[in-house]
Amino acid sequence: MPEPRNGVRIGFYVCHCGHNIASMVDCPAVAAYAATLPNVAVSRDYKYLCSDPGQELIKRDIAELGLSHVVVASCSPLLHEHTFRSATEAGGLNPYCFHMVNIREHDSWVHTDRRLATEKAKALARAGIRRVAHHQPLEMKRVPIHPDVLVVGGGIAGIHAALTLASAGKKVYLVEREPSIGGHMAKFDKTFPTLDCAACILTPKMSAVRSHPNITLWSYSEVVKTDGYVGNYTVTVRRKPRYVIEELCVGCQECIDSCVYKKPMFPDEFNEGLGKRKPIHIPFPQATPQVVLIDPEVCLNFKRGVLTDKCKKTCVEACAERKAIDFNQKEELKEIKVGTIIVATGFQPFDVKRVPQYGYGTYPNVYTALEAERLVNASGPTSGEVVLRDGRHPNAIAIIHCVGSRDRKTNRWCSRVCCMYSMKLAHLLKEHSGAEVYNFYIDIRAPGKGYEEFYDKLNEEGVHFIRGRVGEVTDWAMTPEEEGKLVIRVEDTLAGFVRRIPVDMVVLSTGLEPHSDAQSVRRMFNMSCGTEGFFLERHPKLAPVNTYTDGVFIAGCCQGPRDIPDTVAQAGAAAAEAMALIDRGHIDQEPNTARILADCSGCKSCIPLCPYTAIAFDSATQKAVINEALCKGCGTCVGSCPSGSIIQNLFDDEEVFGEIQGVLADEPN
Amino acid sequence: MPKPKVAFYWCASCGGCEETVVDLAEDILGVVEKLDIVLWPVAMDFKYADVEAMEDGAIFATLLNGAIRSTEQEQMARLLRRKSRVLVAYGSCACMGGIPSLANGFAREEILKFNYEDAPSVVNGPRTRPQLSFEEEGRKTHLPEQSRVVRSLDQVVDVDYFIPGCPPTPLITKKALAALLGDAPPPKGSVLAPDTALCEECPRKVGKPADLSFAQFRRPHQALLDPEKCLLAQGVVCLGPATRGGCGAQCPAGNMPCTGCFGPTSRVRDQGAKILSSLCANLEAKEAPDIDRVLEGIPDPVGTFYRYGMAKSILRRRVDLNGG
Repeated sequence: MPEPRNGVRIGFYVCHCGHNIASMVDCPAVAAYAATLPNVAVSRDYKYLCSDPGQELIKRDIAELGLSHVVVASCSPLLHEHTFRSATEAGGLNPYCFHMVNIREHDSWVHTDRRLATEKAKALARAGIRRVAHHQPLEMKRVPIHPDVLVVGGGIAGIHAALTLASAGKKVYLVEREPSIGGHMAKFDKTFPTLDCAACILTPKMSAVRSHPNITLWSYSEVVKTDGYVGNYTVTVRRKPRYVIEELCVGCQECIDSCVYKKPMFPDEFNEGLGKRKPIHIPFPQATPQVVLIDPEVCLNFKRGVLTDKCKKTCVEACAERKAIDFNQKEELKEIKVGTIIVATGFQPFDVKRVPQYGYGTYPNVYTALEAERLVNASGPTSGEVVLRDGRHPNAIAIIHCVGSRDRKTNRWCSRVCCMYSMKLAHLLKEHSGAEVYNFYIDIRAPGKGYEEFYDKLNEEGVHFIRGRVGEVTDWAMTPEEEGKLVIRVEDTLAGFVRRIPVDMVVLSTGLEPHSDAQSVRRMFNMSCGTEGFFLERHPKLAPVNTYTDGVFIAGCCQGPRDIPDTVAQAGAAAAEAMALIDRGHIDQEPNTARILADCSGCKSCIPLCPYTAIAFDSATQKAVINEALCKGCGTCVGSCPSGSIIQNLFDDEEVFGEIQGVLADEPN
Repeated sequence: MPKPKVAFYWCASCGGCEETVVDLAEDILGVVEKLDIVLWPVAMDFKYADVEAMEDGAIFATLLNGAIRSTEQEQMARLLRRKSRVLVAYGSCACMGGIPSLANGFAREEILKFNYEDAPSVVNGPRTRPQLSFEEEGRKTHLPEQSRVVRSLDQVVDVDYFIPGCPPTPLITKKALAALLGDAPPPKGSVLAPDTALCEECPRKVGKPADLSFAQFRRPHQALLDPEKCLLAQGVVCLGPATRGGCGAQCPAGNMPCTGCFGPTSRVRDQGAKILSSLCANLEAKEAPDIDRVLEGIPDPVGTFYRYGMAKSILRRRVDLNGG
């Protein structure tokens, strides 16, 4: 047992957290044990230490018992370290004379044996008590925050966040991977349940982004690198070549008309391949920015992306004096400084090829929901006329819900929007084609304002709802009526028998998935993911747009499937959180920085290791020096200093070894 | 006034430390002038009984070199501790276990088996091993028993001062003796050498790059080394950054890397772990297979990074599951 340190009087508090801890850890026993440890002046257990009376208890003990240090054994420091540091400070001590021991996430929640869990809690308490005895008073460090914001992703979430921030006077960089902003919403015809036109409500916001003096819009661009920390991020953005100079193009589109390809021949991404475009094109009429781009994979002036200069370049002629077309354009790397980042990278639709029993790709008249959106869209490839791939007009249409969702074989989660958009498509398809429309559903999930009413309306319109997961879509006819049709085989679980329903068109209501490159995005911004791959919020209830990285926020479907109103609300929340940081003007930084002792031999080993370039070599003293303002307390140099001449606040050897010895100590308990 | 009595003793060591005392050359006369040598087995004839006969605390200072590896060595360490007012761990082996403590990477049985049976130069048909005792012509003879683990002196008895080095240099020995005989002896437990790493006094420090990055490691015989450039910058494992100075950087000055004999600074608990952490952090390779390739340049990591300090390191010894 270590010698008691003079003048160190520790208050130890163990929290029951209701039943969260107390059900698995014998809290009074832990408190009684801690009371026997050296330097412990008082040891108590309490039902909710984070409550006001709980904090009062600590404050009162500090004053009445003359405590010098405080240890609280409760939940994760992520949750309440700040609370208890503040209580320690309010009691008259330096907030860093406090240490938190996690006996909830690290103990009670993950163990099933109460006796062993209690022993573990004692060991963790012993470690914290031994450690805290070495804690010295420290001061918070204050650094300014860069007021500019980066918004990644130009869907409705990114657009709304950018506009909110820009209207508040913040400078925003909006980076979008595709040639135009608008995201998935730009492809929709109408929106549920109000059936207002998606383009009519979205395009004014897109134009506002383009014209807003506070927004720098970089479309066809991707973030490739992020360095720094909250308040001071350095971000590198790759601007992909569109072979058209954005500043010079006015969007007259005369180049498109004069392209050597007289007719559009190449699948048009925006219309999900249902329409055609030319090598030089604009994604859709309201594309923002209104700038054309050249697809080097198909343009005659290139061969598989490599410039050959073999085309007549009629587009260049058409552009004439503007000289906006530049076949030699190269990708550009731009470095920007921002203080906060909002990630709104959205989702990708479930790949329907993963459920081959529904015949997508085999039967031409099976469509994805997004394809159906384009088919009913007035500006779509058929101008809103529901014409099948074989040229026929459908008399009966099946909409299969939950494709790729709520299924152990694919994705287990409910994608939240499919019921509603399926009903919207049912309404629109019926309106546009007069066909009979059948919805095949597991459950109808319509928990939103006006959503259940929309379901009622569909029922009144005569849309059929059949409860059952579809077994397969087949063209194998068993009766003359089924000849030439697609047959839906499904167990009607309300009627209680298996049905075969012949239709002309099948729409697959695909679920929402994280982007396939979500992992690399996650790493780029130092975020976490849930098991399903959506970005993880800091707290599901109380910090839904924050991440575990300070200054990085998330909005929209990159965090999980949600509809437009929820996305917009979340984007607004993310903007507000960013503004809260910016308007405070500074970041309080943990004083866990490193410093170099006079014993440094000047071996320079640490200098190349610092990720923040905070270490320099002082040629006058022939020793290394750390710029404290740049140090983020990562500890890399501390661990690697070969002569032990770098010390980090809150992590000096005495503290760390004290903690380790506390955990490992084989004391009677 | 009688001259202070001083003793030199050796345990598990090579004798190099004794050589340093001889290397004091004519300065030895100064030592003899001030001190009365009462025990020095390497140079003078004394018996255990002579030491045992002394009064406790009669010796002013004992400079004991070598690690403690046998019952006899332990016994002598305890005896000399009792007889001396000041006990100095002299040299790397007494301070940190030294090269003998590399044996802590093996079980005792493995070592005995190799040395008495398996070593290529051994011819030992009956597999005879050293016995703790045997009788001949009615007389019983005893041999000391080899310990299972090699220990530094302070792992066996209380030590007042440490003079590191393999061997300690004459200069550092002279300075240490002067300090001990001076009016204000250093605080107990001190290492009588500077507490700054060797780089500070290394002639190669000038011009050492600030962006050290290891693409490969080479051993000194594998390259024609630039006599002035930092050895680490030439890809040679040099323990200078992790080793106490005070030796005058003799090895780097002689175009050989520091091997760490002065041990770590007072702020480091495990010299090997520290230099390993530093070197590995500065590897140029970032992917596992590339890292492996670079590390192939260090064929004997334990012997490289723990050459003198195994006994006092956090590793200390291999856990001997067979009890051998």
